[in-house]
Amino acid sequence: MKEDVFEIGGVALESRLFTGTGKYADDAVIPAVCEASGSEVVTVALRRVDLDAVSGNVMDYIPRHMRLLPNTSGARNAEEAVRIARLARAMGCGDWIKIEVISDSRYLLPDGYETCKATEVLAAEGFVVLPYVNADLYVARSLVSAGAAAVMPLGAPIGTNRGLKTREMVRILIEEIDVPVIVDAGIGRPSEACEAMEMGADACLVNTAIATAGDPVAMARAFGRAVRAGREAYLAGPGASRALAAASSPLTGFLGEG
Amino acid sequence: MSFYEECAAYSALPLAERFASVTVGDVRRSLAKTSLDADDLLVLLSPAAAPFLEEMAARANRLTVQHFGRTIQLFTPLYLSNHCANHCVYCGFNATNVIKRSQLTLEQVEAEAVAIAATGLRQLLILTGESRAKASLEYLESCLAVLRRHFPSVSMEIYAMEEHEYARMVAAGIDGLTMFQETYDEVLYERLHPHGPKRDYRFRLDAPERGCRAGMRVVNIGALLGLGDWRKDALLTGMHAAYLQRHYPEVDIAASLPRMRPHAGAFQPTSVVDDADLVQIMLAFRLFLPRLGITISTRENARLRENLLPLGVTRMSAGVSTAVGGHSEEGETVGQFEISDGRSVEAICAMLRAYGYQPVFKDWQPLGDEGGTWSKKRRTA
Repeated sequence: MKEDVFEIGGVALESRLFTGTGKYADDAVIPAVCEASGSEVVTVALRRVDLDAVSGNVMDYIPRHMRLLPNTSGARNAEEAVRIARLARAMGCGDWIKIEVISDSRYLLPDGYETCKATEVLAAEGFVVLPYVNADLYVARSLVSAGAAAVMPLGAPIGTNRGLKTREMVRILIEEIDVPVIVDAGIGRPSEACEAMEMGADACLVNTAIATAGDPVAMARAFGRAVRAGREAYLAGPGASRALAAASSPLTGFLGEG
Repeated sequence: MSFYEECAAYSALPLAERFASVTVGDVRRSLAKTSLDADDLLVLLSPAAAPFLEEMAARANRLTVQHFGRTIQLFTPLYLSNHCANHCVYCGFNATNVIKRSQLTLEQVEAEAVAIAATGLRQLLILTGESRAKASLEYLESCLAVLRRHFPSVSMEIYAMEEHEYARMVAAGIDGLTMFQETYDEVLYERLHPHGPKRDYRFRLDAPERGCRAGMRVVNIGALLGLGDWRKDALLTGMHAAYLQRHYPEVDIAASLPRMRPHAGAFQPTSVVDDADLVQIMLAFRLFLPRLGITISTRENARLRENLLPLGVTRMSAGVSTAVGGHSEEGETVGQFEISDGRSVEAICAMLRAYGYQPVFKDWQPLGDEGGTWSKKRRTA
């Protein structure tokens, strides 16, 4: 089997599971979650970062070897996302940025148009841009043209743990989009992450399902394994599933008869 | 069209009869739905839903953890001024109450800010009485210039303003608006507010909407439970929140559930909201609006606040003084109301952690001037 390289913005990654830092009962569990999951990329909402914190700065809990993926949570339009990204860079959080532009507090669905605008500006400023979007082919193509390093379609509305509801649309992105496709949001169970990987997704980002699990560390480990298993299955090339049993007497069998 | 018309249409319905006629079957049907409408909210606030609190609580807990995680946002109020031109019969700052009146100087604002920031809190709620002469927009802007150096998020609970005035406040660094309607019963409202600018029911009712239009990021509404019929006020608070969510999807909408507290002055609550009622309201809100922020203040005692935690609470006040200058000086003035949970920020955090919740101190990053005057620190590599 040829080497399975996964690269984002010129950086090779071993793990195809990205994790998050929101919703934990106690941020002190984050290092153990990162380790158990094997994840190398962790997203953090810049709005939550307080470098002057009296106690409990979330950044203190992110292992140093992890690649930071600050996100623009709270941005309601492209301009706010751009400002948050620049602040993240100014605060020493690096050049990677996950763009979230959400102006719907009921469903938290991302605004594709504003996300494209922000991507264009930030990619031109040298950011490695990973935009969170609906699983929409046209939006994804626009993002690639705008310079996105990956696209992150949602599996289901953020925080819902409802699984891969956008399966068919994600499949189209995987087939059509040349940059990595990272399924973000909605994945509630390791089996769903595994399914996304089997389909050929390049990676998954999982936060709520780990952070709100009864045992976040054990759940992180389970997700790490599921993502790996799904990737291996994809590479192995699963046999085609059949809707009907194969006929034991092939209808075209006569062609071989002499 | 504003919420006023919707509210008036609902208020014209025989709501007391509707609450009384809800059956156990209605409650079961509402609870079986995945997404609830206004009729379901009425059903869940009715007496017939009272035996279903445990079932509602399990669902409310699940929804809250799913959408907000095991986290509680912390903030503290800062009373800038207690001068007031209003005659709200239930309030300790009522213009006719003989209490010492004062307003913080900018030096005192700085001292209060330093004292509060030292506790780690980064989310502040500033309050004044209603005195445009004393607590003018210019005064508020000066205070904000000081406060923004210490707090990335400052909300306001101040007299109702015009939209352009709210826009001025947003430009000065305010990101959240708290505005309680007190009661949605227009007739009762006029009786409770005999004089003063607050007497204008509609101007106050539309204030949250003006705040949304002016660019507030968070708008927190509420009724002072106990002033009127709590079921009606809770129903209309929920409807108001839903109206704001629908029309201003970019704004985070939150609701508070303040109950009447003892205060200076003789007015006593007309209807009593007991603990079970309060729980029923909170659960009904959570099931009706899964993403609604829900604030519980120190009006409630420590034990009850702890028990309410898993039921839908997303924001709490901590280290509270309702007196002007109460954070850095000793009891200079009388507070607006008596608080029931006087624990320090540290004690509240310890309690939250013991219950498996993370206290969240900071949840916004100011964007003006690429971060404004707040912290310029860098993460060390």
